[in-house]
Amino acid sequence: MAAIDISSVGKIYNGGVRAVTDIDLDIKDGEFIVLVGPSGCGKSTLLRMVAGLEAISEGTVKIGDRVVNEVEPADRDIAMVFQNYALYPHMTVRQNLEYGLKNRKTPKAEIDARVAEAARMLEITQYLDRKPRALSGGQRQRVAMGRAIVRKPAAFLFDEPLSNLDAKLRVSMRGEIKRLQRRLGTTSIYVTHDQLEAMTLADRLVVLNGGKIEQVGSPLDVYHTPASTFVASFIGSPAMNLVKAELQGDRLAIGPSQISLNGYAPTSGAVTVGLRAEDLRVVSSAEGMPFTVEYVEELGSQRLAHGLVGDQAVTIALSGEAEITDSMRLSIDPSKLHFFDAETGRRLDVRAPATAVAAVAEPVA
Amino acid sequence: MYRTKFSDHLVLILGSLFLCMPVVVAFMTSTHTAADIHMNGLSLAWGDNFIATYEKVLTQKGGFTGDITGARMVMNSLILGVGFAIGKILLSMMAAYAIVYFRFPMATLSFWVIFTTLLLPLEVRIMPSYQVMSDLGLLNTYSGLIVPLLASATGTFYFRQFFKSVPEELLEAARIDGAGPFKFFIDILVPISRTMIAAIFIIMFVYGWNQYLWPMMMTTDESFFTLMRGIKSILQVWVGSNIPDYNEAFALAVLAMLPPVAIVVIFQSWFIKGLTESDK
Repeated sequence: MAAIDISSVGKIYNGGVRAVTDIDLDIKDGEFIVLVGPSGCGKSTLLRMVAGLEAISEGTVKIGDRVVNEVEPADRDIAMVFQNYALYPHMTVRQNLEYGLKNRKTPKAEIDARVAEAARMLEITQYLDRKPRALSGGQRQRVAMGRAIVRKPAAFLFDEPLSNLDAKLRVSMRGEIKRLQRRLGTTSIYVTHDQLEAMTLADRLVVLNGGKIEQVGSPLDVYHTPASTFVASFIGSPAMNLVKAELQGDRLAIGPSQISLNGYAPTSGAVTVGLRAEDLRVVSSAEGMPFTVEYVEELGSQRLAHGLVGDQAVTIALSGEAEITDSMRLSIDPSKLHFFDAETGRRLDVRAPATAVAAVAEPVA
Repeated sequence: MYRTKFSDHLVLILGSLFLCMPVVVAFMTSTHTAADIHMNGLSLAWGDNFIATYEKVLTQKGGFTGDITGARMVMNSLILGVGFAIGKILLSMMAAYAIVYFRFPMATLSFWVIFTTLLLPLEVRIMPSYQVMSDLGLLNTYSGLIVPLLASATGTFYFRQFFKSVPEELLEAARIDGAGPFKFFIDILVPISRTMIAAIFIIMFVYGWNQYLWPMMMTTDESFFTLMRGIKSILQVWVGSNIPDYNEAFALAVLAMLPPVAIVVIFQSWFIKGLTESDK
């Protein structure tokens, strides 16, 4: 077990393509870090640099007290779980688990004990003498995790380990990974493009975009105070509504309607406003933003109504029983608004006023 | 669902007859005496000379020097076929491993240089090959028979394609598991290539077994004659009023067919797997 210290790490591929720029990340011992971002954001590259599968072009990676830039993957004391499991197809499950230990000249008795322990923990004992081919996707992934566990490494690296599983299995495996990591207390870095996986697993989330860190924080921090429009649109489902608006003093103009901010205005002029679908409420009064519904998605517990405010797309989340009519009026608590710079997309912080009162949107006269 | 009709079977039956009949005719004819064949031509009926012919072919010393038997020729052919196949697999696996998994200067160029040798079959380079073997003193040796045939690109090409289809993660998992280049090759790559190895073994064995021109040039010592040469030399005895030993030629031809057939039958399932599916 060890802390991992990533400082000003960058990756430039042969041919000058820059995949990762200036990443600084201090991972504490036992912490579960999730790297999340869209495909091509450099999250896998970063993980592979920690693993030693990619050369580090810039900066240093420290595992424990040791700089590992020039250390072979096998000697970095890490274990990795791959998306396609990467089990050795010609070996039985047991041989798969043993292989890394054998290469390290671990005594036979020790190997047997560790394999038995890992197999029990992952409930794969009855499959030990099968070939991976004879296992289901979920079982294969358990074996892949077993291969990581038997090594007792300083850190686990997960490269989208659940992407090949079906939705239901993914949820249960997610729980298992979390439980296992808690129990073993091993520092873990987990790469995923699934924001739900990221939210549920992480002690701390690292949102990456274009090879740079957009935001680092606990899942709830990132959810409640996204640092940029990118993070806002990436984290949370349904994605946060981002609409163009204009701040006029203490009033916010979204399309045809205006919202009184009660002192929540961070600046003035053009801004991008973020509204979480679940923060928008339908009001019966004639006041409120006019919202025309285009279509409805039924999720059972929720109904998502997609429509337009003015000419901007907005989604609202309503309870399962809520009635939806073609045109409705919406309001939102101004303290739930997120403001972003219209140009850069960075978050604009609001100085919360002493007394905040729920605002009522008014139609333009 | 498609229901098979009588005409489908008819087509298949005709097709298999077309392929099998020559072999059946050769076998049946080989059971007659040479004089019988000379008078009555090919035969579809069972003759009464089966044991005598095959015994003679396998054990009687023949040839110029009179000390080469059919059994000896079968052995020579086997040594050539198996030696060639194994040597080729070893060489081409190692070459493909280097080309696919290691970055070295001019790797792609090396591959294409190897690949272009496909354009130069043995027949084209037979004179220089003979010269080299002669200078090395390898005429009339098994090494001389086998080694020049090894240098061709087919095997390397097959293995390169196969290695390229092996998922990258397997190599990465092995690296993290502490397997070096040598261990990865022996512990992972060779075992998962085994169907491919079987397929290439069959192809190469048959290729080596059927070699005719090179062994003919290389070997003047009759104890190195292969089966293919033996068949030819039987038909060359047009001396005086002798009737050529048609029956023996046919018997040898049938014998020459057996080992490749046996190999294909034994390795059939692997062969098909190796060429069609990737076992990963």
